[in-house]
Amino acid sequence: MNLSESLHSAILSISGNKLRSFLTMLGIIIGVAAVVAMVSLGEGVTEEIVGQIGSLGSNQITILPGRSRGVPGAPVARRGGGDILEWDHYLDLEQVSFPAIKNVIAENTVSAVATYGRESVITRVVGTTPAYPEVRNFQVEVGHFFTQRDLEQAERVAVLGKTIAQDLFLSPQAALGKKIRIGGITATVVGVMEEKSTGFQDLGEQILIPITTMQKRLTGSEYLQTITVQTQKEEELDLVAKFLEVFFTNRLGDPDKFSIFNQQDVLDTINQVTGTMTLFLAAITGISLLVGGIGIMNIMLVSVTERTREIGLRKAIGARPFDILLQFVIESSLLSALGGLIGIVLGIIGSQLVARLSPYQTIISPEAAIIAFSISVGVGLFFGIYPARRASQLDPITALRYE
Amino acid sequence: MGQHPVIKVENLWKIYNLGEVKVEALRGISFEVTAGEFIAVMGPSGSGKTTLMNILGCLDRPTQGHYFLDGQEVSKLSQNELAHVRNKKIGFVFQNFNLLPRLTALQNVELPLIYADLPPQKRKERAEEVLRSVNLAERAHHYPNQLSGGQQQRVAIARALVNDPPLILADEPTGNLDTHSSEEIMQILQKLNQQGKTIILITHERDIAEHCRRVLHFRDGQIVDNETVEQPIKAEIILSELLQEEEAVEPV
Ligand SMILES: Nc1ncnc2c1ncn2[C@@H]1O[C@H](COP(=O)(O)OP(=O)(O)OP(=O)(O)O)[C@@H](O)[C@H]1O
Ligand SMILES: [Mg+2]
Repeated sequence: MNLSESLHSAILSISGNKLRSFLTMLGIIIGVAAVVAMVSLGEGVTEEIVGQIGSLGSNQITILPGRSRGVPGAPVARRGGGDILEWDHYLDLEQVSFPAIKNVIAENTVSAVATYGRESVITRVVGTTPAYPEVRNFQVEVGHFFTQRDLEQAERVAVLGKTIAQDLFLSPQAALGKKIRIGGITATVVGVMEEKSTGFQDLGEQILIPITTMQKRLTGSEYLQTITVQTQKEEELDLVAKFLEVFFTNRLGDPDKFSIFNQQDVLDTINQVTGTMTLFLAAITGISLLVGGIGIMNIMLVSVTERTREIGLRKAIGARPFDILLQFVIESSLLSALGGLIGIVLGIIGSQLVARLSPYQTIISPEAAIIAFSISVGVGLFFGIYPARRASQLDPITALRYE
Repeated sequence: MGQHPVIKVENLWKIYNLGEVKVEALRGISFEVTAGEFIAVMGPSGSGKTTLMNILGCLDRPTQGHYFLDGQEVSKLSQNELAHVRNKKIGFVFQNFNLLPRLTALQNVELPLIYADLPPQKRKERAEEVLRSVNLAERAHHYPNQLSGGQQQRVAIARALVNDPPLILADEPTGNLDTHSSEEIMQILQKLNQQGKTIILITHERDIAEHCRRVLHFRDGQIVDNETVEQPIKAEIILSELLQEEEAVEPV
């Protein structure tokens, strides 16, 4: 008896008992559907986070005051901190001749009220340096960014986020050249940034001014909240991070006074978290497929018992033990393969539903679908072998007599 | 015809060991069957007829003794070789038909050909041909539960014939049938015997046994008599008589 005969006979037996076959497959269906849907959600979320991090500019290393413990990139308890990073550190890094370093920016962020005419908004004011648009991959849409000269002279100029420009002036063009009040100072709008969001906050809701202007005229503090260094290439991140470690240890006298966040570390952390999640999913799948497999074995044992006479008859007319074995193994594999296919379809539908009903995007992973499908076929094969062996070993006379 | 024995049995014993009790179903049976014979086996219930038939059909092994089929000692064959012998050399007909309910008559008949690895088209043609020979061509696509007992048994005979085996073993093939259907079955078997098939048939009925040319009488696991029927009944004649009677009772 060849494969296509066994397949035909398996299809006959499965379709002859539709409800039972469906219930048998249910474990496999649910397991595979869950994997396909959940992996697609996981990949979607990861892609989104990674994309957002990438959209904030690439190849960055950020220096923060104070020591953070725990996983880089995660919000953590800090020890120390405060007034440690100095304007001189920024200037020295700017000056340093280290070809791997492409740009250096400093940033201070405060909250302030911005007023134009009778409109006013509470907003984030970010004092920074001219390389900010390049490092953050965040460009000016109208007008221009403030210049090195503006920085050196601590000019009263401001670049508005798009949302703020629209709130205060109705359109970005209308904002150019206007004077607005920011906290205690009056500044001229020289540019409006393009629309952008980090996924966590709308960057259109901030005002960018030269950091010197902020230090001298707004806060009176000389210290910096963060310094960000951009490298030429991704491969140079670790090298530059080491350099910065040495640089700041030298300047501050204590490696515990500052923290260095390598963007690569953050991405690694995300990948690590995703990897753990995938493993977790795999475990759930494994268990549900195991349960599904036991269900299949159970039904196959029932089926062998029910069809004892049929097996006896087949043997009496010339079926070899292997023919019987093949027939039942193919039947159980077909059941689980069918379950796997239905599971994949349901999983895809489920992931489309999630994408539509939740704020997250989903990405169907062909690998996950293929692996889940292969495992389910393997499960059917494995759990089908024992019942099939039992069938193939039946004594024909006992089988023929079976009531 | 009959130069060499198709079946040769020497001192065959079958003992069922049921723990405390031992059942001696066959107690030293010896006989020969030459090609082309038509033999009936009779005997009281429990005398060992089915046990012998199962051994002859290579479904069971004797506890002791030798069984040569076509000159080959069966006890020396492997499982797969036995399957091959059952497929090619033996056609089985059971008292309770043993048709697979989910297959049509045609598919049931095709079954032995599947295990003979015949291609589908050839299978179908051959099965149709055999079904025609038992006058069931028009029932090919009916399921067993849509057929009468006699028709089901004819399907079962077609199945036994489909691989053209030299030996047909029938264990009470008419046991579940009325007189008319029984005669139809016997007519087919007689025709097959004329075509050269060796047939062994178990029956409880004297009328049926007398269709054969030799009757083996069983008692307590032994052959007690080997009777030759001088003038076997011709099923054809009985059938035409039956038809006349039926027409007399119910004139159309
Ligand atoms: N599997 C078995 N286990 C134990 N004893 C058995 C088994 N099969 C048959 N027997 C016994 O062997 C003896 C012969 O049985 P067998 O079926 O050959 O009888 P038989 O002549 O075919 O009877 P019947 O005419 O009723 O069909 C009986 O006593 C029966 O109980
Ligand atoms: Mg019997």
